[in-house]
Amino acid sequence: MKFGVVTFPGSNGDYDACHAAADAIGRECVYLWHKDHDLKGCDVIVLPGGFSYGDYLRPGAIARFSPIMNEVVVHAKRGAPVLAICNGFQVACEAGLLPGALLRNASLRFVSRLVTMRVENDSSMFTHEYYKGQILSVPVAHGDGRYTADPDVVARLEGEGRVAFRYSSTGGDVSDEDNINGSVNGIAGIINAAGNVLGMMPHPERAVDPVIGSTDGLGVFHSLLDGVTA
Amino acid sequence: MQLYRVPVQIIPRPGILDPQGAAVAGALRSLGFDTIADIRVGRFITVDVNAASAADATSAVRSMCEKLLANPVIEDFVLEEPTLQQGGQS
Amino acid sequence: MSEVLPRPGDPEITAALVREHGLTESEFERICNMLGRTPTFTELGIVSALWNEHCSYKHSRNTLRTLPTEGAAVIQGPGENAGVVAIGDGVAIAFKIESHNHPSAIEPYQGAATGVGGILRDVFTMGARPIAMLNSLRFGSLDSARNRYLFAGVVKGIGDYGNSVGVPTVAGEIVFDSAYDGNPLVNAMCVGMLREDELIRAKAEGVGNPILCVGARTGRDGIHGASFASEDLSEASEAKRPRVQVGDPFTEKLLLEASLELIRSGHIVAIQDMGAAGLTSSSAEMAARGDVGVTIDTSRVPVREAGMTPYEILLSESQERMLVVALEGHEQQVREILFKWDLTAEVIGKVIQEPVYRVTEGDRIVAEFPGSALVTECPRYDVPAEEGREAIARRSIDVAATKELAAESDPTWTLLQLLAAPTIASKRWAYQQYDSTVRTNTVIGPGGDAAVLRVRGTDRAIALKTDCNGRYVTLDPRVGGRIAVVESARNVACTGARPLAITNCLNFGNPTRPEIFFQFKEAVAGIREACIALDTPVTGGNVSFYNESPTGSVHPTPVIGMLGVIDSLEHITRSTFRNAGDVIVLLGDCTDEIGGSEYLATIHGAIGGAPPACDLDHERDLIATLLEAIRAGVVASAHDCSDGGLAIAVAECIMADPGKMFGADIDLGAWDSLSLRAVLFGEAQGRVVISSGEADRVLEIAARNGVPARVIGTVTELAEGLTIRAGGRVLKIGTEQAAAAYHEAIPRIMDAAPQSAAIEETEGVKV
Repeated sequence: MKFGVVTFPGSNGDYDACHAAADAIGRECVYLWHKDHDLKGCDVIVLPGGFSYGDYLRPGAIARFSPIMNEVVVHAKRGAPVLAICNGFQVACEAGLLPGALLRNASLRFVSRLVTMRVENDSSMFTHEYYKGQILSVPVAHGDGRYTADPDVVARLEGEGRVAFRYSSTGGDVSDEDNINGSVNGIAGIINAAGNVLGMMPHPERAVDPVIGSTDGLGVFHSLLDGVTA
Repeated sequence: MQLYRVPVQIIPRPGILDPQGAAVAGALRSLGFDTIADIRVGRFITVDVNAASAADATSAVRSMCEKLLANPVIEDFVLEEPTLQQGGQS
Repeated sequence: MSEVLPRPGDPEITAALVREHGLTESEFERICNMLGRTPTFTELGIVSALWNEHCSYKHSRNTLRTLPTEGAAVIQGPGENAGVVAIGDGVAIAFKIESHNHPSAIEPYQGAATGVGGILRDVFTMGARPIAMLNSLRFGSLDSARNRYLFAGVVKGIGDYGNSVGVPTVAGEIVFDSAYDGNPLVNAMCVGMLREDELIRAKAEGVGNPILCVGARTGRDGIHGASFASEDLSEASEAKRPRVQVGDPFTEKLLLEASLELIRSGHIVAIQDMGAAGLTSSSAEMAARGDVGVTIDTSRVPVREAGMTPYEILLSESQERMLVVALEGHEQQVREILFKWDLTAEVIGKVIQEPVYRVTEGDRIVAEFPGSALVTECPRYDVPAEEGREAIARRSIDVAATKELAAESDPTWTLLQLLAAPTIASKRWAYQQYDSTVRTNTVIGPGGDAAVLRVRGTDRAIALKTDCNGRYVTLDPRVGGRIAVVESARNVACTGARPLAITNCLNFGNPTRPEIFFQFKEAVAGIREACIALDTPVTGGNVSFYNESPTGSVHPTPVIGMLGVIDSLEHITRSTFRNAGDVIVLLGDCTDEIGGSEYLATIHGAIGGAPPACDLDHERDLIATLLEAIRAGVVASAHDCSDGGLAIAVAECIMADPGKMFGADIDLGAWDSLSLRAVLFGEAQGRVVISSGEADRVLEIAARNGVPARVIGTVTELAEGLTIRAGGRVLKIGTEQAAAAYHEAIPRIMDAAPQSAAIEETEGVKV
């Protein structure tokens, strides 16, 4: 299994995503340049964190017109996995790969900290290594992470089990207090209808090594490796 | 007193670098809009204010701009003509 | 020399114009003698930019020269964009700290943001990949809406810029003291990593090599910003607002990637940031370092605005620009690398044989200076230094006689007051706005004694910290200078790191005042003594004078940025307690000192007495003890004892990490002969609070190193709370109550009270 991480101008999580794939799970990982039209035979495409095009205008709004996004969309339409993290989540929403949008945090401040989130879906190709209700500690670092969508879209996401992760207390309770950015229903990550695109604000690629504080993000990569859904 | 709506445009001062405008212009050019000469990105705010007259409304909003809405270090503001709104206090 | 004629439209060179450029009569004479004629307007602008304090260090250079700059690890000392030291395994660290105080006082968001941008460029132009940012901030009291506005704006500016570029902000310190009303200090430190063979220096070389302007276009931003940084802040500088530059972290990120690619490509010989005084300073300094001539054509510099004059182009401080000397014939390859990153590069000049610094506008010569005279002939001043009477008077106050408030009869009241004092309280409100985990190397982020980053591909880590207690420096600049160094060294040692080298940012008032220059000379002398004692050479830094507002000067604040190395990841040690049942040991000894303490400042509103004594031999032995114990595996946690004293240090050990809180049972009966408040809240130096499962071995190691050490208690469960027995009293407080005071103090102020850009009426007297 080969990973490809897209480098948009202003991406800064590309390096971490590649290291997670290469060091933590020992898979080949290459950088994909935003101006190219070549996915270099990668099986998993990662849209990484960062500030593509400075997050000017709207986060993700400009990056989604990058040449490589044509190929990423084709890859996703084919049912192949796309992991969209933080700014990548914003790009995926702008590109129509995922429903909804990400607004300024309710606090109006950037938030960088270790958060706890509850696993809501344990059967997707990204999450089947986790169990439902499992509590994960994963870093967040974003200014625009408040997930929002039309009520009927949210209802569908909830009804179809497409909410992957939800911000929670360490005990697994979901409350406004633990909802670090004011997302609707405390949503931290969602999956598309076909089940092959995961968008999430927390950074699983920053939680793959005990030295830096958490290994709770490894499950996302291990789930992809196993390739089979439970 | 009547209710006036005063629209305010806030734009980067001439000569002040506008990184956002530059990035947006670059993106539009790469999408084929090659007639673009320049783009400046600012903010548009509407203020509904109770005032005795349009002139008073303008003057109140001007002072809001000077104090808070615009950053005089890097931004200019333009006030549009106030328009009378329904529902003012009498 | 060719003929240089005034440009049409240039103003006449008058005494008033010379003064406006911040040059004295004798400096102007010096220029005329150097040129053999009157300078043109363009030349006057160039000299005024290069000879102002910020670029020339004219008042500080002779003093700075006394600092120790050499050591086995030092690869590059002061004089380059950043210092570089080797940390083993062929890996080197480039690091530097710089001030952006004056721009931040005027426009806190952009001032802080561009400060971060500038120091980042200083590091990556050495060929180093930036891996961490730190910042050292000083504001006036948060009681003022203007100070809250400055604090919020600076924090947001630092965060937005660093977060966007993708460099984690991992440590720093924030102090609130009314001495900084109207003149906040914003010092940013950047740390980069490189392989030793990747180092590049900003030295123009190779006659015929082209000089390129790279990155953002040049606008009229911040013209004379460098001179602005060397003036006292006054009402008049409010009117100079348009000089403030705007940062563009997106372009910076592209420039960072492009520059590193360019440096590794072998197509260039030198690269330098166009920082303060822009094109002028970067080109003149590169030429002087290489001992060659250069010629620059301003008509070829890409500009953002029409009709810019050579004067404006030379002095513009537009951000995110680089000056590059490429190999002759490799211009196209350079352009291609920049084009890949959506940036442009234009050839604007070249390295020439003739020993001259020449600026043309097309064919017309608009400025010309012989050789590197512009840089080397800069005046240097040794001004009078004499301690101010006020400082002597303050130091002589008998603080032990300070009458206790009635409320102090309950020491838990005092403890809670201090825990909630903004200088001591948790700064989480600020650092949660900084991405501290990007690049996945951060082992210990903000909130610890020092930040720790692993060095990928090795078993090593580095520890980083900035420190300075300005109150101590005000009261006794030599002792205060020493303490700034030893405290930052203790902090990195608490994480398991061997202190290796420092960078410094010396923030002082107006050096032409004898009492200020005295503070400067004495503080530097103190830094020198401590650096020699600890074998931590100075690899560079920055001087910021004229930190004054209409009401007085700031506390003299020589901030130290310390780099330490941890030789094995296993040795990384945290500041908070790890296990209930561990024994708590105090390394070092308590004293009766309360001079200059946070206790006096917070509880009594007083700054007086002598600061705590600093015994450099003891500090060295303490660090040796600490490191030996950590390497022996007998230290569970180690926390430096500083602001607020021992009681605060222990309280922090039980609750600074909200995810892992404890209680503690402490007995300080051994010091019952001292005053209770000195034992609890005095700031005696050379102390570290350790928790250990093998306290006997800690005591044995300490004894062997001749360092006093004593068991002072036990770590207990959270529910047990904190108990301190001292002076025949028993002080009890719940861990969660202490945690609430400590963690909620700053959010409560910042989320409730309004902020305002308006400058308030100033009140009261300042130090």
